[in-house]
Amino acid sequence: MKTKINPLIIVTGLLIGIAAVVLTKFGNPKNMGFCIACFIRDIAGTTKLHSAGVVQYLRPEIVGIVLGSTIMAFASGEWRAKAGSSPALRFILGFMVMVGALIFLGCPLRMVIRMGGGDLNAFVGLAGFVVGILIGVVFLKKGFGLKRNYDTTNLDGLVLPVVLVVLFVLFMISWPVLSKYVADVKAGVEGAKNTASFAISTSGPGSMHAPIMMALIVGLIVGVLAQKSRMCMVGGIRDIVMFKNFNLIIGFVCVFIAVLVGNVVLGNFKGFSTLSQPIAHSSQVWNFLGMVIVGWGSCLLGGCPLRQLILAGEGNGDSAVTVIGMLVGAAFAHNFALAGGADPGMVDGAYKVFSLSNNGKLAAICCLIALLIISCTNLKAEEK
Amino acid sequence: MVDARGFSCPKPVLMVDEEIKKNNPSELVVLVDNRTAEKNVTNHAESLGYKVTHEKEGRDFKLTLNK
Repeated sequence: MKTKINPLIIVTGLLIGIAAVVLTKFGNPKNMGFCIACFIRDIAGTTKLHSAGVVQYLRPEIVGIVLGSTIMAFASGEWRAKAGSSPALRFILGFMVMVGALIFLGCPLRMVIRMGGGDLNAFVGLAGFVVGILIGVVFLKKGFGLKRNYDTTNLDGLVLPVVLVVLFVLFMISWPVLSKYVADVKAGVEGAKNTASFAISTSGPGSMHAPIMMALIVGLIVGVLAQKSRMCMVGGIRDIVMFKNFNLIIGFVCVFIAVLVGNVVLGNFKGFSTLSQPIAHSSQVWNFLGMVIVGWGSCLLGGCPLRQLILAGEGNGDSAVTVIGMLVGAAFAHNFALAGGADPGMVDGAYKVFSLSNNGKLAAICCLIALLIISCTNLKAEEK
Repeated sequence: MVDARGFSCPKPVLMVDEEIKKNNPSELVVLVDNRTAEKNVTNHAESLGYKVTHEKEGRDFKLTLNK
């Protein structure tokens, strides 16, 4: 079977990889130039849906990606407000994808960026991701399907883009207060107080970010390109297995190559290892199972977290619900201590591996059971 | 005819694939409602040896597969 490779997928993959390295150079956390899951989690933090102090920031990249998709969809005549496809199931699938991603510490995009940064734990994540997609494909082949969607009002389709823009504007209005608070805390000013309505990290990944306008513009460009190229990390592997189509996987590979080369050029690459990787752990069972959940859940949803943002930007209300599910999932992941964390590293002369909480382990098992139930109960549930 | 309107990726391609495998039609009309599905169905049908003609029907796409 011949595969038509869309040149735009190569451009998009390379650009996302370069953007990830550049955004990290300008302040984003290491191996986290782009991470849809982490960035949505940070937005959940800054809006006080959770109170994990180290992951609270309104990531402009997310606003840019959705808005870029919206602009491109209108410009190319592809905007179409649709909704009504099993919204509650999509919400819970988005929720579980986020829990899985935060157990692993990254969405599929960050997984590839981590791989390009030399993090071998991400390769274990990749194995889990592939297994998750393969399980999803088995159910797709058996007739799994969520219900069809229907045309809806433009206002319905615009909800997520508009909410994100309004949040961003409010965040920018608060920015002078927020940035002064962060500066005061870093300078050790006694009694420094955040008087803004948004929460903001003063340390940890949430405090590390590229300049706001740079992040927004990069997000916009990625949104435009990903809308046009249909970039999808899940679709890449799924299409190879189901249709022997290699188009989307090319984007996946291009991200990896661009990040690897970018890291080597900037001197960030220190070889491949599982130990002491930035914002990552080497608890491999949970790296693997976390990404099984992400792969399986995303396969049932029809696309990875990045693709959900793009579809939401095109007017797909079901994907908007999925993104809100991810936002709530992120809040739960931190409020109930389900999320993974970095390895403590060298302690008393021995390397200490991060240990996932019992809550996290239980949540992962519950997600896998729930995915199985959803997969089995929606076979041949389509048509008319 | 396969009416794949309202279904998201990769369902339209699977519906077409199922119909082709079941009945091996020499002509098949497929309705889809977004450009991603239009492209994916076209690519898949062409890879199976079909020639695809495209028509716009309102906001939807009518694909006619022939071989």
